[in-house]
Amino acid sequence: MKKKLGILGLFVALLTTFNSNANSDKEHVKDHGGEVDTKEEVTEYILHHIKDAHDFHLFSYTADNGERKHIGFPLPVIVWSSKGLVTFMSSKFHHDDSGQHIVNAGGTNFVKLHSKIYELEDGVTELQFDAEHHPTNAHKVLDLSITKSVFGILVVALLMLLWFGGLAKQYKNKQIPTGFGRILEPLVIYVRDEIAKPNIGEGKYRQFTGYLLTVFFFIWISNLLGLTPFGFNITGQIAVTAALAIITLVIYTFKGNKDYYMHMLWMSDAPWWIRPILAVIELAGAFLIKPFSLLVRLFANISAGHIVVMSLIGILITMKSEMTIVGSGLLSFALSFFITLIELLVAFLQAYIFTMLSALFIGMAVAEHDHHHEHDDHGNELPDAEDVRADFI
Amino acid sequence: MTVPNLVGAGLIVIGAGIGLGKIGGSAMEGIARQPEATGKIQTAMIIIAALLEGLAFGALFLGK
Repeated sequence: MKKKLGILGLFVALLTTFNSNANSDKEHVKDHGGEVDTKEEVTEYILHHIKDAHDFHLFSYTADNGERKHIGFPLPVIVWSSKGLVTFMSSKFHHDDSGQHIVNAGGTNFVKLHSKIYELEDGVTELQFDAEHHPTNAHKVLDLSITKSVFGILVVALLMLLWFGGLAKQYKNKQIPTGFGRILEPLVIYVRDEIAKPNIGEGKYRQFTGYLLTVFFFIWISNLLGLTPFGFNITGQIAVTAALAIITLVIYTFKGNKDYYMHMLWMSDAPWWIRPILAVIELAGAFLIKPFSLLVRLFANISAGHIVVMSLIGILITMKSEMTIVGSGLLSFALSFFITLIELLVAFLQAYIFTMLSALFIGMAVAEHDHHHEHDDHGNELPDAEDVRADFI
Repeated sequence: MTVPNLVGAGLIVIGAGIGLGKIGGSAMEGIARQPEATGKIQTAMIIIAALLEGLAFGALFLGK
């Protein structure tokens, strides 16, 4: 209990760390955490939220003396630059996202532009842009930072370790879990009995249940975390969903049995000339289309959900002049409230579908197609119904 | 977004809408005829709807 309180306290302390910073000049207002008052700024804010960020930003306000205050905490930036591994805190950028504030660390200079970290070339003191607003005298670096999404993944991992570690420990002493485990147990059994068993098959589901449970709860908790006001968007990052899809791809590629690959590369039931064509389609399906559909579905659903919720909240600002602040506030509250309820359903449904399709793909790869014929007492092959029918025709 | 992109996105959504409508409608009919098979029909419906959705999102994503 004390340990849990300690972790909670640490979390609260991190969240309430005031990372205020003077940023009063009007040029910077369009940056991350600037005032949002027009349609364009709402759009920009939403698009900024959808992307990953290098600091954990909760909200901003303008203090009485006109100073812009940002509430949140910085996260470590870890980059592999031309001078090797460089680490510093993202607070060094002072909430600049336009590439103007230059940070000197590890012997070279960095700027942050649209949530991406660039390393300035040697001797450059100001970022230059070409016509398409791409920097000309800086290059991207390999970014291994603990970004907001990575931080979110760590939070989800910690929660899952606490919850499921506790649940597993409870079974050592008693048959029925108590406390929060009572909520988790039916969900675990649901994934095992309704997703793993029917799709993979009675004999083989056990070795894959661990992965399916992990991926189900990871996606679900991440999705739910995205609906909290902390502004996480973990499963709306295409890199996260791609990583999940690649894990499924690796599992069904390496666990696939002989039947699966024979069926994929040389389908014995088809006419000979159609077999190479089928092999090409099956290969594309197994290595490109299946993982791509898995990753795009999750990414697009969660991103779309976030955009819709934030757009409906944005009605508060965009309809202010037509309906007064009370009218637009009520409208945006009503719409965003009910859409958020639907998003709760989508959060579960997407976790279910990802797990279900992973189980289905794994099940296809490990299924046994027994073509063995019945034998009589003397070891002679007995014709089965198909053969008899073929002879008759 | 350019005009052809928007028209393409509209076509994708129309196609996906027709597909989802057919899946949902057939599932409803199936459930009405055989209420005891509701669970199985729902699972199959969700899988097919998810596959269709993946295709539609893939097309939208590539056309963006």
